[in-house]
Amino acid sequence: MMLPLAIAYLKDRGLVTAFNIALIALGVASLAVLLLVSTQLEKRFERDSQGIDLVVGAKGSPLQLILSSVYHIDTPTGNIPAESLGLLRRDPFVARAIPLALGDNFRGARIVGTEAGFLGIHNAIIAQGAMFSTVGTAIIGASAARETGLTIGQRFAGTHGLGDDGHTHDNVPFTVTGILKPTGTVTDRLILTSVESVWAMHGIEAPGEPGAPGAPGSGAKIPEDHARHEHKSHDHGGQDPKGHAHEGHDHAGHDHGEKVLDRRDALAPEITAILVTYRNAMAAVRLPAAINRQTALQAASPAAETARLLGLFGAALDGARLFSWLVALTGALSVFVVLLSAANAREGDMALLRVMGATRSQAAGTVLLEGLIIAAVGAVLGLAAAHGLLALGAALFPTLAAVGVGPALFHPGEIGIAAAVLGLGVVAALIPAARVYRTDLAETLGRAT
Amino acid sequence: MIPVLSMEAVHFARSGRLILSAFNLQVFPAGHTLLLGPSGSGKTTLLNLAAGLLTPDSGRVAIAGTPLPASAAERDGLRRANIGIVFQTLRLVSALTLTENLELAARLSGKPAYAVAPLLESLGLAHRSDARPRELSQGEAQRAAIARAVVSRPLLLLADEPTSALDDVNAELVARMLLKSAAEHGSTLVIATHDARLRRHIGEVVTLEAA
Repeated sequence: MMLPLAIAYLKDRGLVTAFNIALIALGVASLAVLLLVSTQLEKRFERDSQGIDLVVGAKGSPLQLILSSVYHIDTPTGNIPAESLGLLRRDPFVARAIPLALGDNFRGARIVGTEAGFLGIHNAIIAQGAMFSTVGTAIIGASAARETGLTIGQRFAGTHGLGDDGHTHDNVPFTVTGILKPTGTVTDRLILTSVESVWAMHGIEAPGEPGAPGAPGSGAKIPEDHARHEHKSHDHGGQDPKGHAHEGHDHAGHDHGEKVLDRRDALAPEITAILVTYRNAMAAVRLPAAINRQTALQAASPAAETARLLGLFGAALDGARLFSWLVALTGALSVFVVLLSAANAREGDMALLRVMGATRSQAAGTVLLEGLIIAAVGAVLGLAAAHGLLALGAALFPTLAAVGVGPALFHPGEIGIAAAVLGLGVVAALIPAARVYRTDLAETLGRAT
Repeated sequence: MIPVLSMEAVHFARSGRLILSAFNLQVFPAGHTLLLGPSGSGKTTLLNLAAGLLTPDSGRVAIAGTPLPASAAERDGLRRANIGIVFQTLRLVSALTLTENLELAARLSGKPAYAVAPLLESLGLAHRSDARPRELSQGEAQRAAIARAVVSRPLLLLADEPTSALDDVNAELVARMLLKSAAEHGSTLVIATHDARLRRHIGEVVTLEAA
């Protein structure tokens, strides 16, 4: 019975109500965005690093090694000799070692030279077509297929580097042989090929060492037409955001400072990193320490580095979360001030309602309802805005989409935020409602007459 | 015949000031009554006592033979079922339209109410049904307050200074409208006022002296 009256009062002071709702919605939206982003990041990191106990790569920042080799969102630390793979595979502590050769992309989708075992890590299976077999064949992740527009049988040339401004390897095109089913992991946005294909693209011949990629029985065959090619003038855009031109000079005899393949002055086959799965628990103690003692290689644990990253990120999140709660509290305070003022201004109305037959609870309930409605509308709008902002953010900033941030599904924590804000709305309305509840009818009506 | 309103030996004082002493009043059905007296004579207090908004220090107040209960909740129930009030300051809910004001009063009374539209029609307010109180003229607001008081078909219709702020023409109009509404809805009218112009409309006059 009192709901229409509460709504009428809110509409009667529409601008103030809208301001109250906007403040609450702002707080809720901030809280929900933080919740969704942190949860999505954690889940994405967890999914992407599942099955990878250790990453072995070039010396440098361990976090950078993990970000580039596991999550594919940073530049690699450098390259390591291809024979490192054979050494690791022979280690009794290693159950699985998967090579990665990075350094090229097609329309933003990274081209990863690897082996079939990479699919096993992410439980990826081919939805259409077949696995890459010969050099120059590739399979693509579900989102990469959607975003690049590549289809089975289509040919494409990789661009050097991890940005759009590198030179194109026109002379060594790839052919799409398969498209993967969506996995919800990093695999979705990658183009996978053999390590030998990546070498061929950069004019590097596969070694003959048993156990190494390109060695007999290890992977793809290298056809004649993928033999070493000339690197004429080009721009290495991916590693150095600014890129640098190589026009009119020989690659030999100087240091490019590059961290990936395509070094004609070092044509010994190299890979970028190795994803390792331990054979047993003892491996976690022995293997990283043993590898890190070698000067050329670095071993980094995805779990440790991700925890470190989330720890740093978490501190910033906590600060932002505190600020968001302050915004929500400001909204509640504003509701309190407005309702208290309204309760004073309309004590005559409330006394009249009582005279006409409303109980004390009904009259006070009108004020409580107003607080609750403001909070509820603010919560709903805030949650909707949070999902909308994430959708917009993912569309405008590819990096966000790349780390799995998007509008996603409803998170149960959002119910908690909404409930807390509804509670704030009720608390803000309690004192004004109590004033109405205690109204002395004769005194109030007498005072006004 | 049972009186609609009965007050026997009512004594009421507030803040050490005696307002009513051994006051007696009986109002029978259709026996419209004028409580006439100057400011400070206790007219509004008397209406508040009749409506159960105040309780007497001693004496007895009864509505349709039922003494006002001691419990506030029961008094509220008795008032809701039997009494309509036209306040001096009208007191229409500003956030609601005229129709919504009447519908709210009807719902709160808990009694089968008159259809709002014909009631507004009978008081010449049909064209203002969607207007908010601040958009009404003084005369329209006065009629709206009368409409709201009778929408729940009260046995007793109390009006506090309904014409004191009006000119002769409008005072005449409002007095007639009150009597017409009371007659149409079977209510007995009790008006508290200092406006002697109402004498010619109501035969039963109780004169109150300044305390």
